[in-house]
Amino acid sequence: MTHAPAQPLRWNTYAAPSRFYPMAGKWIPWFWAAAALLGAAGLWTGFAIAPTDFQQGDAYRIIFIHVPAAWMSMVIYLVMAFWAVWGWMLNARMASMYARALAPTGAMFTFVALWTGALWGKPTWGTWWVWDARLTSEFILLLLYGGYIALTEAIDDPRRAANAGALLALVGAVNIPIIYFSVKWWNTLHQGSTINMGAAPKMASTMLTAMLLMTFCFWAYAFAVVFTRARAIVLEQESDTEWVRALGAGQDQ
Amino acid sequence: MAMQWTSVDEFLRMGGYGLYVWGSYGVTLMLMAFEAMSARKRHRLARQQAGEGAGA
Repeated sequence: MTHAPAQPLRWNTYAAPSRFYPMAGKWIPWFWAAAALLGAAGLWTGFAIAPTDFQQGDAYRIIFIHVPAAWMSMVIYLVMAFWAVWGWMLNARMASMYARALAPTGAMFTFVALWTGALWGKPTWGTWWVWDARLTSEFILLLLYGGYIALTEAIDDPRRAANAGALLALVGAVNIPIIYFSVKWWNTLHQGSTINMGAAPKMASTMLTAMLLMTFCFWAYAFAVVFTRARAIVLEQESDTEWVRALGAGQDQ
Repeated sequence: MAMQWTSVDEFLRMGGYGLYVWGSYGVTLMLMAFEAMSARKRHRLARQQAGEGAGA
């Protein structure tokens, strides 16, 4: 299958695990390189160039990872739910594998958002934690990721695991707009959005630059790690196919 | 575009918020490194098993 004649590139070309595997293998080093460069640039901008905040002192510098991690936690969940449901509806194996590969990374960023939020809340609010709408809904997101991972790992049959996971991911997706709009809908201790569409950002441009660089760094990191995990899942689930055996025998890269 | 710090010690103290700032960045970096290593390990093991399957 690996040596099939070249086919025209179509939207679903990489829906085939045998095509995804070598393609992702080529791209992963580039994502790592991008993550390292963007991270270095973001940290330099955030720590060497961005000025001390006149209200919060240097505690505000936590924002450069807190906000990007919180964004990632929500975006990855939506992408995960999308692929899970796509795989469920069309019985597309690769889509279901993407969903499962995304979950641990999303859970990690959710924990980072909560952890850095606690360490930022203590010096600025005087408390590590409060059960307000924003913090509670982000905590529920962590439980949703945990539930999705536990459910899909508990079911041995990949297709049944994917379908059960898709249902959970779909139902849980309702939590994402709740997280996002919680600071508008309820009176939260958590501050409102730092960046709003159609309005000038309420922060110095160097601070914004650092935050965006760290966001792109996290994106590149997420691609590198999720592709690595997706490749592992492909090998695990396709172990009885000809192309994986050929790969194992060292006939291909 | 000036450097914000005049000494390493001042940089590490972060205006008195060193524990919070470095506690955030340190744990984040550790988790990202751990996650990356565990994903790479999972792929390596899956690749090894593919090799064993081929040999059988």
